[in-house]
Amino acid sequence: MIELKINGESRQFDGDGDMPLLWFLRDELALTGTKYGCGKGLCGSCTVHLNGQAVRSCVITMSAVSGSEVTTIEGLDAEGRHPLQIAWAKHDVPQCGYCQAGQIMQAASLLATNPKPDGEAISDAMRGVICRCGTYQRIESAIKSVAGGEA
Amino acid sequence: MSGHIQNLAPPFARKALAAELSRGVDQAVVRNVSRRDFLKAGGVLVVGVSLYAGGAAGTVARAATSGDSGQSDPWTPDVYVTVEADGTVRIISHRCEMGQGIKTSLPAVVADEMEADWERVVVEQATGDKKYGDQSTGGSLSVITFYQRMREAGASVRAMFEQAGAQHWEADVADCRAENHRVVHGPSGKSADFAELVHIASALSVPAADQLKLKTPEQYRYIGKELRGVDLEDIVQGKAVYGADVRLPGMKYAAIARPPVVLGKVKSFNADKAKAVAGVERVVELPAAQAPVAYKSLGGVAVIANNSWAALKARDLLEIEWDNGTNADYNSEAFKEELLNAVRQPGEAVRDEGDFDAAAADADKVLEAEYYAPHLNHMMMEPPVATASVTAEGCEIWAPTQDPQSLIPMAAEVTGLPPEKIRVNMTLCGGAFGRKGKGDYVDEAVRLSKEVGAPVRVQWSREDEVRHGYYHTVSAQHLAAALDDKGQVTGWRHRLAYPTIFSIFNPEATSPQTLELGLGALTLPYAIDSIRLEKGGVPAKVRIGWLRSVCAIFQSFGINVFTDEIARARGKDPLENLLELLGPDRTIDLTSFGMENKEGHPFETGRLRGVIELAAEKGGWGRELPAGHGLGIAAQYSFDSYAASVVEVAVSEDGRWSVPRVVMTVDCGQVVNLDRAVAQQEGAAIMGLGFVRHGRITAKDGRIEQGNFNNARVMRYGEHPKTEVHFVQNHLAPSGIGEPGVPPFAPALANAIFAATGKRFRELPIGSKV
Ligand code: FES
Ligand code: FES
Repeated sequence: MIELKINGESRQFDGDGDMPLLWFLRDELALTGTKYGCGKGLCGSCTVHLNGQAVRSCVITMSAVSGSEVTTIEGLDAEGRHPLQIAWAKHDVPQCGYCQAGQIMQAASLLATNPKPDGEAISDAMRGVICRCGTYQRIESAIKSVAGGEA
Repeated sequence: MSGHIQNLAPPFARKALAAELSRGVDQAVVRNVSRRDFLKAGGVLVVGVSLYAGGAAGTVARAATSGDSGQSDPWTPDVYVTVEADGTVRIISHRCEMGQGIKTSLPAVVADEMEADWERVVVEQATGDKKYGDQSTGGSLSVITFYQRMREAGASVRAMFEQAGAQHWEADVADCRAENHRVVHGPSGKSADFAELVHIASALSVPAADQLKLKTPEQYRYIGKELRGVDLEDIVQGKAVYGADVRLPGMKYAAIARPPVVLGKVKSFNADKAKAVAGVERVVELPAAQAPVAYKSLGGVAVIANNSWAALKARDLLEIEWDNGTNADYNSEAFKEELLNAVRQPGEAVRDEGDFDAAAADADKVLEAEYYAPHLNHMMMEPPVATASVTAEGCEIWAPTQDPQSLIPMAAEVTGLPPEKIRVNMTLCGGAFGRKGKGDYVDEAVRLSKEVGAPVRVQWSREDEVRHGYYHTVSAQHLAAALDDKGQVTGWRHRLAYPTIFSIFNPEATSPQTLELGLGALTLPYAIDSIRLEKGGVPAKVRIGWLRSVCAIFQSFGINVFTDEIARARGKDPLENLLELLGPDRTIDLTSFGMENKEGHPFETGRLRGVIELAAEKGGWGRELPAGHGLGIAAQYSFDSYAASVVEVAVSEDGRWSVPRVVMTVDCGQVVNLDRAVAQQEGAAIMGLGFVRHGRITAKDGRIEQGNFNNARVMRYGEHPKTEVHFVQNHLAPSGIGEPGVPPFAPALANAIFAATGKRFRELPIGSKV
């Protein structure tokens, strides 16, 4: 039996320990804000926080997260009003929106460890999360507006 | 040919096909009143609320205004609007939302004309239903097709509220005007909320279309302004519902091993290992596809499980022996030679003005160049996914789809159910770019649900989509220009060859069709005396599908890069050369190319000049640049809009290049939602840049060689340019904004690289180093 905390709630899992966390979140818990995009750690759509760190939930197995604390987009802020979520709305970042939970989770973990990242630090963090619609310019503006303290 | 084919045709091809087929098309899909009862029983998670549900709604019942013969059934605009007793206005979005913002833009047009307060508007996604008119979302056609109709829908509701106010106050209707969800009686200053007037308005008869008074541009409340997307909050909170977010009680999860070569078949398979995976319930063989492939499932072997992971994992454990069929001889390298050979000889002339051969014979210099562009894949972030629930009583589908109505005959054929027993719910699309106009993945879900007797969700992996997609075609072009002794361009010849999209409907179709050539090649706007366009024939060995901007991508690349080559050969500034070739402002008659002149959308070369000049001005054409930098310019008329790009490239000493800045200009007539229109151009720049840097899908022995984002690469954060977007401000009839921005980008970039390095790139992609 694998036990872990997801968005502050205790959860249990007794299936295949090789199952990536992504599918536990989506299929078992109906936390569908976390998206599947590639299944290989290449696109970042599935990004969640594992003990505060941004990780790709499609390549982290359930066995590996036993005893951990996981935060998904649904748990990033109780009211859905994390400064980045507010900034994302203000800059009207999303197009199709599919990648955006991953973008926000990645950016949130960056700002949690580095509240004033420079352009290079932002690039290093965000490079792993693909947006096929091409919203990067607005992602940049949104992150910078929060990092600059003006969200 | 049949109505089925018409349903399957590319959105941008519908009209032309419809004209050919109108006599034979069965357009009578009649709504069955019992259907809603069936739907209620379906355990619906994504609920499509019927607007005909009755109650106090004041709906507008207006007669059909569709004038396109054979294009769509009669429809009444009232299907888009409902006003509730509390004044809440429900507006139906019947097109597909895939990131372009149409779910906000068209309802905002209705709200504007009816003077509704946007805060009190609820936008609802339609199901797939002919009563909404055409729902096939592609070809940048949503606004062009529905703008006027949405305005009329809104204006008639406004007129009825004003009439209701007049009745309420026993006043002259000329003294009553709707204003932000209220009707105001001018002389007395009294006013009443829409909610107070609904019961009166709903009893009134609908004004005739010619009685409506549409707003003038200075009265617009939302049109042309910046409106936030209606799903914005849900998206940033992870609550928006996409294809894979639909869950039904008892739903099964499926993953499919498809034939690695199109039209291949399963010879034999062993599912022992797959069945040993915990959670796997069944293994089902799907019938092999037969030509024409159209939008039908490819066949293969499906694993049915109680969770996605088990299905995907077990699918990879299937041991299948394939009969690869005749497409196994497809090799991209060899095919490139075939394409180049095709354009190195005369083809079938499809546009021929003046006498190119004579111009070439008299020329001081004949310039020639060849261009090549590979297959591309849509690579939308959400791979295909669909859920279907088939019972003896009916079939309900939930899918991200650009063409919901096409799924009805498809599901009817698979299930044997009558069309009125099939309901198609449209989720948000996590990107589509044309891919989700083809419902092969829905076909799979319907087949599997029918087979296993439970709701089934089919999930495609990224590899599935990269290897079994509908590919943007692969093309070769040969361009020639005759220059006389004064350096004037006296002749232009363009030869091209590429597998046609129409091959998926007709395997015999081997050469580009008017709809494809019309995206830039036929419509060459240059004032040159002798112009000839020739097309060659090549077969299609994979499924060819339209991808955002379609043939305008490579046709614009060939034409605009060659134009830059002409500038260099003439010793002219590329901007000056481009404007000179464009010639005096004039209207080009599209019927002379076998195309159609759309009402309200004449092809005006002056508007193309306008975007070129605007791009040059905003992009600082001619300014001093740092060492290693270069500027390139290109322009394209496509999808009834005019677009130009000025791209600045920076090439470092080791040959690595980046794009620090791009200026995109568009003239699409009246801009409907400025914020989303700008966003589309920002996205177009990224997509165009991705095509130049990475875009390439190749086949070996009929199999696609790429599989995931590691080798089918797209642009990432940090590679994005600073993108500035400028729209030409006018109030002309609005045209598309989703696709026109892409075509000029790649050639402008290639021209910028030439300006920076002197290296000419005629083949895509260019890669990360030059
Ligand atoms: S789905 Fe996990 S990185 Fe792409
Ligand atoms: S918004 Fe569509 S993939 Fe990012």
